[in-house]
Amino acid sequence: MSESDANALERLKPLLLVAVGGFAGAVLRHAVALALPDGVPWGTLAVNVAGSFALGALLFEATVSGRLGRETRLLVGTGFLSSFTTYSTFALQTASLSPKLAVVNVAANYAFGFLAVVAGRTAVRSLAAPEVAG
Amino acid sequence: MNAFLLVGGGGVLGALARFTVGSVVADGRRDTFAVNVLGSFALGALTAGLAADATLLTVFGTGFCGAFTTFSSFAVETVELYERGERREAMANATVNLVGALLAVGLGGWLASVV
Repeated sequence: MSESDANALERLKPLLLVAVGGFAGAVLRHAVALALPDGVPWGTLAVNVAGSFALGALLFEATVSGRLGRETRLLVGTGFLSSFTTYSTFALQTASLSPKLAVVNVAANYAFGFLAVVAGRTAVRSLAAPEVAG
Repeated sequence: MNAFLLVGGGGVLGALARFTVGSVVADGRRDTFAVNVLGSFALGALTAGLAADATLLTVFGTGFCGAFTTFSSFAVETVELYERGERREAMANATVNLVGALLAVGLGGWLASVV
């Protein structure tokens, strides 16, 4: 491979990683939505909470140990998890619910999503330095 | 075509578009807000305008808009603000994403129904 080919590949690599992760994240989100009952948007809640836990862990890992490199963050974070979770579907579903259920839906996604980020960071902290976390 | 392939194809485009917005708007929170509001507008418009075309709605609604917008980045950025002690900014971030996305869904749906 010539040097210019290698450079072109190096420039394309982030796009490829994001594309592969984005494909997998969207497909898995759809699978979760199909697997859970209709009516109440359980699928969106499930992907948003699970994805927030994983992204909280992944990005916090970068600050504490950094063993996972930039490629992993592009593939798993920017590609997979950001595509797996969704704000637009959450907003659309919220707008279509009754006012009372809409409030419950927002509260559930926000509360469990934020708690999941904290839990993901806590999990990394205790795995990275078990003696500190006790 | 297989619905999973349609969603995945839309997801590739949505993730790449989000990545591109992120490279242009080099501020994590603004970039997340931008994709969430734009994607919610598009999903509102598509849902109202393409109600009869299940295939296009699967590609662009579930695939593209679902992947273009993100809850996980929004949640991480909000929690980071809060943990840094910027609690007012954290609340503001949580509020503007919600209000912006809900207004955008409504506006998109309304525009698609009158055009």
